[in-house]
Amino acid sequence: MMILIKGGHVIDPGRVNGVADVLIENGKIAAVGQGLAAPAGATVLPAGGRLVLPGFVDLHVHFREPGFEYKETIQSGTEAAVAGGFTTVCAMPNTNPVNDNQAVTEFMLERAKAAGTANLYPIGAITKRSEGKELAEIGDLRRAGCVAISDDGKPVMNSLVMRRAMEYARAFDVPVVDHCEDLHLSEGGCMNEGVISTELGLPGIPSAAEDVMVARNVSLAELTGARLHLAHISTAGSVRMVREAKARGLKVTAEACPHHFTLTEETTRGYNTHAKMNPPLRTSQDVQAIKDGLRDGTIDVIATDHAPHASQEKQQEFTEAPFGIVGLETALPLTLALVEEGVLTLESAIDKLATAPAKAFSLNAGTLAVGAPADVAIVDPHLEWEVDPSRFRSKSRNTPFAGWKVKGRVTTTIVSGRVVYELDRPGRPA
Amino acid sequence: MGLKRKDLLSLTNLSAADIALILDTADSFKEVSGREIKKVPALRGKTVVNLFFEPSTRTRTSFELAAKRLSADVINFSPSSSSVVKGETLLDTARNIEAMQADIIVLRHSSAGAAETLARGVKSSVINAGDGWHEHPTQALLDLYTIRSRGMGFSGLKVAIVGDVAHSRVARSNIFALTKLGAEVRLVGPPTMIPLHIDQLGAQVYYNLDEGLRGVHVIMMLRLQLERQGRALFPTIREYARQYGLTNERVKLAEPGAIVMHPGPINRGVEIAPDVADSLSSVILDQVANGVAVRMGILYLMSGANA
Amino acid sequence: MDAGDIARAVTRIAHEILERNKGINDLALVGIRTGGVHLAHRLVRRIHDIEGTQIPIGELDITLYRDDLSLRKDQPILRTTSVPFKISDLKVVLVDDVLFTGRTIRAAMDGLIDLGRPAEIQLAVLVDRGHRQLPIKANYIGKNIPTSRDEAIEVHLEENGEEDRVVILRA
Repeated sequence: MMILIKGGHVIDPGRVNGVADVLIENGKIAAVGQGLAAPAGATVLPAGGRLVLPGFVDLHVHFREPGFEYKETIQSGTEAAVAGGFTTVCAMPNTNPVNDNQAVTEFMLERAKAAGTANLYPIGAITKRSEGKELAEIGDLRRAGCVAISDDGKPVMNSLVMRRAMEYARAFDVPVVDHCEDLHLSEGGCMNEGVISTELGLPGIPSAAEDVMVARNVSLAELTGARLHLAHISTAGSVRMVREAKARGLKVTAEACPHHFTLTEETTRGYNTHAKMNPPLRTSQDVQAIKDGLRDGTIDVIATDHAPHASQEKQQEFTEAPFGIVGLETALPLTLALVEEGVLTLESAIDKLATAPAKAFSLNAGTLAVGAPADVAIVDPHLEWEVDPSRFRSKSRNTPFAGWKVKGRVTTTIVSGRVVYELDRPGRPA
Repeated sequence: MGLKRKDLLSLTNLSAADIALILDTADSFKEVSGREIKKVPALRGKTVVNLFFEPSTRTRTSFELAAKRLSADVINFSPSSSSVVKGETLLDTARNIEAMQADIIVLRHSSAGAAETLARGVKSSVINAGDGWHEHPTQALLDLYTIRSRGMGFSGLKVAIVGDVAHSRVARSNIFALTKLGAEVRLVGPPTMIPLHIDQLGAQVYYNLDEGLRGVHVIMMLRLQLERQGRALFPTIREYARQYGLTNERVKLAEPGAIVMHPGPINRGVEIAPDVADSLSSVILDQVANGVAVRMGILYLMSGANA
Repeated sequence: MDAGDIARAVTRIAHEILERNKGINDLALVGIRTGGVHLAHRLVRRIHDIEGTQIPIGELDITLYRDDLSLRKDQPILRTTSVPFKISDLKVVLVDDVLFTGRTIRAAMDGLIDLGRPAEIQLAVLVDRGHRQLPIKANYIGKNIPTSRDEAIEVHLEENGEEDRVVILRA
């Protein structure tokens, strides 16, 4: 099957940035250039006025399968992904059972294959059952297809265990991903600790709970030489430390989430459980620091931390409701808003959504280079739309962005040369 | 005219005039409470549900008595935490209660914001009877009433709130109301018990009790939750009592005629020395009696809102 | 009614009260807030002029006894009831400015009985404008003023900083 994408504005960060045609053959990028002729039998997708981009790569999603299929399945999660332009997603291991062994990894890969939309790469657990005590079978996880290891959501508190994990992971050249949170400092907390938590009487999570773990992890990365990837950093302190670590040449990468560069703790007012996530929404100074970090390259990657929860779970009291929001279907316009604001160039925004994350986890994705898998997102950058959670492909609707008027939308998503999503034809692909 | 709102969740969104109206209305009910027949028919046919997820005999009885003296039908409902574990959310429980045609739901809950969450989900009026560390508006209003009934005005009044401010809903409600009424609010306690940035809410912070008490007209002692010792908020009860316990010597640092208040029950010999406790029992009993009048006033003012 | 009419009516009612009750023994006056309170004070003063003795006087706020409370969206502001004497076994004269539907008096009687068990309740009003909705009748009436239902009667009194007079407002 051949597809010729005609006349779009192609951005392949670091390689192409201008009007060009993209030819897809046999699931691979066959050619990128101007005035390409459509071979016989090729489907032509006119893309004038659209952006033609490498499919986005999300290093941080929770697809809840196995174990919590009422929140999300690999099927619904990958459909949400392609609707948001993400052609590759990395699924966190906090499923039930935890993805701490080859069998769970293989199960997830099989389900993704059956779903047949986005590429899914599991992230394996660092420790057995993510209990932070004994190392999981990291070598086997790697061989089974895990692209990174993390105990996301249950940070490894024991520094010696973390050191051993970083050392051991070097043998397989696998990045170690940490959700940086000192669980003692954050205990009981459910929003950023500051004047608003004080006013609302909610137990706070101080930014220091993140900062001390970023500091520890950077020190351990320096000690062990491991590839360290810091998940969803949210504080000015984290940005400062990552900037310094990079300046010293450590193998550290960092991601930020759209909600952390878009919203502040103010959104929590009214005990809005859709503003409850971990790390929590921080202050406007922190938001500014995240933007600065994105601009100067301290933060390599934009990831969603897509964390679906059922509505009855989010309808609980604020302190009881689970942490997390869905993000796959709103990440693009929120990132494009940074371009509008002048924080990022369009090319650097696409780099952070596609190219840089692929590089961080050494994935064969995030580029339109000839021979690369034909994972493409076609985007109408001017299309204005209102976020309506009831139309999400995700099974869950927990977003603080409901009703927001946003700009920029995916119109077509192609994975391995196959159209898996079209905006005007929202029917589920067979 | 009247208190134009469906719910009483927090004192942050009441105006000084609203607060004055509640206190004035409470005056009328203080008179009713002094009668031989302590009952008026104002809430005849209305149903008040005391929904208490956290045990609190004092507040619940006070609301119950207030509602009964207004001739309302009162139901006390204390769901065990187990039924919540079974998967029934707060909202489910509340909708069930609403289906029984409850006009007013009085909610006590361990989670901050629970009253607001509930109020958004039901048509009944919701009165917050304490939500986590957030607010306890009726307690603060009865404190204000007690201060006023001692002939003190609020403008320029110096009030020291002493103790575990961080974990106190009573403190928060009093801070919000007193600063709104023009009083100077001082928060006194060890830094572990004073939450971050609370000075931005208009209060002054003192870590030294003697300094905090100097020249105040009202001393509001908070109850020390003794189990917090294990959470490293203070080293020992002995040290706490020495640093932050109220003694007769320390009372003398305040303005002559200053009143000492406590939401009760007192840990004698911890936050308050026994001799002080004995001498202030009259104010504490006043607070309890005023509590019924203030809650009658609030129930009365809220009872019109849904007609 | 002008100031002179009102003064003469108050004097006459004071005499009628004394006549009917054969003096001031066990007699008390309770004004209904707010208009009735001022009239009650005037009556007490007039009785004092005649008999040389001050009889007990109270002030009654009937808001909590209104029969339309549960229908209202906005609760009326309460004023304090102050009846600083035991009313049990007294002959209590309720005093109000205008008698209309009778609902206020019904509420006042309920309110009074919650304070004790009077030997007798009597009613004195400055104006009776008719249109009763309850079987209630005044013992002492300053003036009967026939009105239509859509008219309003206003009683202005010096105690409120106005000139004494009763006016009918056409709808």
